[in-house]
Amino acid sequence: MTDEKIISVRELTKQFGDFTAVDHISFDVYKGEIFGFLGANGAGKTTAMRMLCGLSYPTSGSGVVAGFDVYRQAEQIKRHIGYMPQKFALYEDLTVAENMELYGGIYGMSRKVIRDRIDELLAKLDFESERNTLTGELPLGWKQKLSFTVASIHKPDIIFLDEPTGGVDPLTRRKFWELIFETAYEGTTVFVTTHYMDEAEYCNRLSMMVDGRIKALGSPKQLKEQFNAPDMDMVFRILARGAKRGD
Amino acid sequence: MTTFGSFVHKETLHILRDTRTMMIVLLMPVVLILLFSYAISTEVNNVRFAVVSPHYTSAVLEQVRHLEANPNLRFAGFIEPTEIDATLRQGKADVVLCYSADYDRISAGIEQGASMQLVADMSNPNNGTMATAVVQGAILSSQASLAAALQPDIRILYNPQMKSSFNFVPGVLGLVFMLICGMMTSVSIVREKEVGTMEILLVSPVKPLQIILAKMTPYFMISCLNLTTALLLAKYLLQLPLTGSITALIIISVLFIVLALGLGLLISVMVSKQIVAILISGMLLMIPVMMLSGMMFPIENLPHFFRELSVIIPARWYIAALRKLMIQGLPFLGVWKEMLIISVMTLGILSISLKRFNDRLA
Amino acid sequence: MKTLFYLIRKELLQFKRNTFLPKLILAFPIVMMLILPLIANMEVKNVSVVIVDNDYSSLSRLLAEKMDASSYFTLKGTFSSYNEALSLLEESKVDAVLSIPQDWEKSLSQPHPQRVSISTNGVNSTKGSIGGQYLSSLVLQTMQASLGSQASIHNPLTVINFYNPTQDYRRFMIPALMIMVIIMLCCFLPTLNIVSEKEEGTMEQMNVTPVPRFTFIASKLIPYWIMGLLVLGEAMIIAWLVYNLSPMGSIGTIFLGALLFILTMSGFGLLISNISGNMQQAMFVMFFFVIIFILMSGLFTPVTSMPAWCQKLAYAFPPRYFIEIMRDVYLKGTHLVELWPNLLALTGFAAFFDTWAILSYRKQQ
Repeated sequence: MTDEKIISVRELTKQFGDFTAVDHISFDVYKGEIFGFLGANGAGKTTAMRMLCGLSYPTSGSGVVAGFDVYRQAEQIKRHIGYMPQKFALYEDLTVAENMELYGGIYGMSRKVIRDRIDELLAKLDFESERNTLTGELPLGWKQKLSFTVASIHKPDIIFLDEPTGGVDPLTRRKFWELIFETAYEGTTVFVTTHYMDEAEYCNRLSMMVDGRIKALGSPKQLKEQFNAPDMDMVFRILARGAKRGD
Repeated sequence: MTTFGSFVHKETLHILRDTRTMMIVLLMPVVLILLFSYAISTEVNNVRFAVVSPHYTSAVLEQVRHLEANPNLRFAGFIEPTEIDATLRQGKADVVLCYSADYDRISAGIEQGASMQLVADMSNPNNGTMATAVVQGAILSSQASLAAALQPDIRILYNPQMKSSFNFVPGVLGLVFMLICGMMTSVSIVREKEVGTMEILLVSPVKPLQIILAKMTPYFMISCLNLTTALLLAKYLLQLPLTGSITALIIISVLFIVLALGLGLLISVMVSKQIVAILISGMLLMIPVMMLSGMMFPIENLPHFFRELSVIIPARWYIAALRKLMIQGLPFLGVWKEMLIISVMTLGILSISLKRFNDRLA
Repeated sequence: MKTLFYLIRKELLQFKRNTFLPKLILAFPIVMMLILPLIANMEVKNVSVVIVDNDYSSLSRLLAEKMDASSYFTLKGTFSSYNEALSLLEESKVDAVLSIPQDWEKSLSQPHPQRVSISTNGVNSTKGSIGGQYLSSLVLQTMQASLGSQASIHNPLTVINFYNPTQDYRRFMIPALMIMVIIMLCCFLPTLNIVSEKEEGTMEQMNVTPVPRFTFIASKLIPYWIMGLLVLGEAMIIAWLVYNLSPMGSIGTIFLGALLFILTMSGFGLLISNISGNMQQAMFVMFFFVIIFILMSGLFTPVTSMPAWCQKLAYAFPPRYFIEIMRDVYLKGTHLVELWPNLLALTGFAAFFDTWAILSYRKQQ
């Protein structure tokens, strides 16, 4: 983790008519860290993330991602980031290798680089056997692995993960986080949302969203001290007590 | 609210919230009826005629003037014989009237022979024939007032203003019901299958049959609304007589709506992807209705094989019955045959599709 | 544009793996071209007529003979009572009743000749009006032929038919039916394709990449443009083989018009997919517009038969221009230069719809 800010957000807001999904949030993310974006379902995490990825225009506030403005330079942001959405979004009627090739090509990698990278990733993830399997036929855990792979295929500066471990068993979750650690170790900044509080412990720093607002910001250690809680789960419960949206 | 009631409520909300589709669903019969009433016509209104004449004699000129005065004809100018092809090809005229050099003498009875030739653009045979008939009639009437009196007196019964709408309103209703109750229902059910919410519903304590009925109810109600709109439009705007048995009309329409819903259900049971549901509904429901039901193309004109085929298309009977009731004004018993056939078809389709649906669940 | 290449490759892979679509695209034109021309026949034929003859003259008998001999009419019988004939008309058992008054033939050479009356069943108004006109024509021709020199009626007019000498209605319909095939394939399919990506969520992953929207849209449309032209070629070959119908004019003109038309319609489909959130919506909106286009563009019934205000409206419908191009080139051999207004209109529409579609596609909401 460095001192260089790679994401900078000030008073970022998103309104849908009368409903304020994201309410004036402000935070920074430093290059190379694993930043956790926590909160209950419906707290506004995905909406905030989509603004940072250039998928959604903010209603007000400012955001700078990888040095580019989220309003006017969204297309440039997209060159430098990877994104893994909550709902599986790769082509189910293409094979694993075909999906990877497609996105490699889209991110401008040359044929040879793509080939090598695919070999490398399939080996690393122990996925070689599924190279020519149609994505639709993969079990959920492997779909998630693939999704992550495609998000990082072009070695982006930041990778955004939206609830990457939803719906799989604890062992698979652990293994997925090992993947995240490796990626962070290689210098990629990881911005991950989750509602699993135990995963919060894995992050360098994290923020906690409640009803569209950031109610806590800091390292897991700092937050536990601040709220006098033994674990992140308790921190969350304390903060979520007054929540109107969510579980 | 009962379980069934709450399901119907949910389904109705789904549909109501989709304002765009809602608007089109309610607007479609109106627009189609208006279109068919006003736009679809095979009448030949303005026949444009050009003239070729080696000599511009006063006899020729007088006849041309007379033709010009005919409300159905429009003069497109004098042209050279070499220009005939180009004129017709470029669509500058529908027919070219060619006077022979001896026109004056032949028409005076001094010589024998053909005094005139009409070159007609036959690319649309109906138009061409009508245009020819119109010009012939106009020429006749220009020759002697006596001849005018010889024109047959044509009376058109049941539809004196020749409104095509009368012919097409039944067809529009058949089409719209098939579209809404057949296609939309099947897509809606398959959509839930695809998204996965169907499974959730199926494991709930609600009986599967109730789920399906709940899905169909809003479309049933919309169709009834459409029926009412169409009838009101027909009666007050288009002045369709509607003197036949209204009871029969309502009963047979309801039967047909249920039939279409059954067909939609059948399709939804057999396919698992929305896009396939759309394409199959399109091919098996919509196209036969448009082509073989007598809606646009008279059944008598169909080749033998298709005439036989049209017998199994429910819309054919529905449209025939509707025409009898709406235009000819027949009473209830006048459509007993169609009523019977549609009832049998409805029962048949419903039992097959419900059985299929239950089998799929098992 | 390497990205374009990758995207098009993906489209082709998906197409190949789809079990349904390739078969549809191959079979649909064939089925339409073989079946539709047999059905889409608005020709008026076999008008069934009964004669109520109160004259019993040689002329009225001649009339009956001619009617029987004509392929347009089927003489179902001769009655002496009008009411009997009328009830047949009411039951839709006949299309027309020709009623000849007493002493008709004799009256023709007198100062106040009697008139024949024709009553037609207007339920099927096309048959009613055209059938009535034909019948009237036949009556006049019969009168002319036999009375020739008596009343001052001219020798009959000889008629030469240009462009469709056999008056085969199918020659008129087939070029237009090809257009229907194109509309179905090039309008519906791209729209459903894009909306299904929206529904499945794969659009999201695409939108987060730096792929320019122009490239993404082009990758969606180009395969369908090519497919549209191929399908047109397929249809034209079938028309030639099965119906012996080949264009009188230049094939190049047809394909140029087709290209512009396909560009327009696929752009229109794209617009619809941009504003639709799911397939049911897209399909419904599309169906609505396509029906309007097809009915108002002169495919089945001529634009010239519409009331004036409808005709003005018809200028706004792209298919109208291409239908004219197809029919004119196929049947009349019209030259490319002579069709410039149509081609210009199509170009304008293509530019309009495609630009609007691209601009309205939002990667960022």
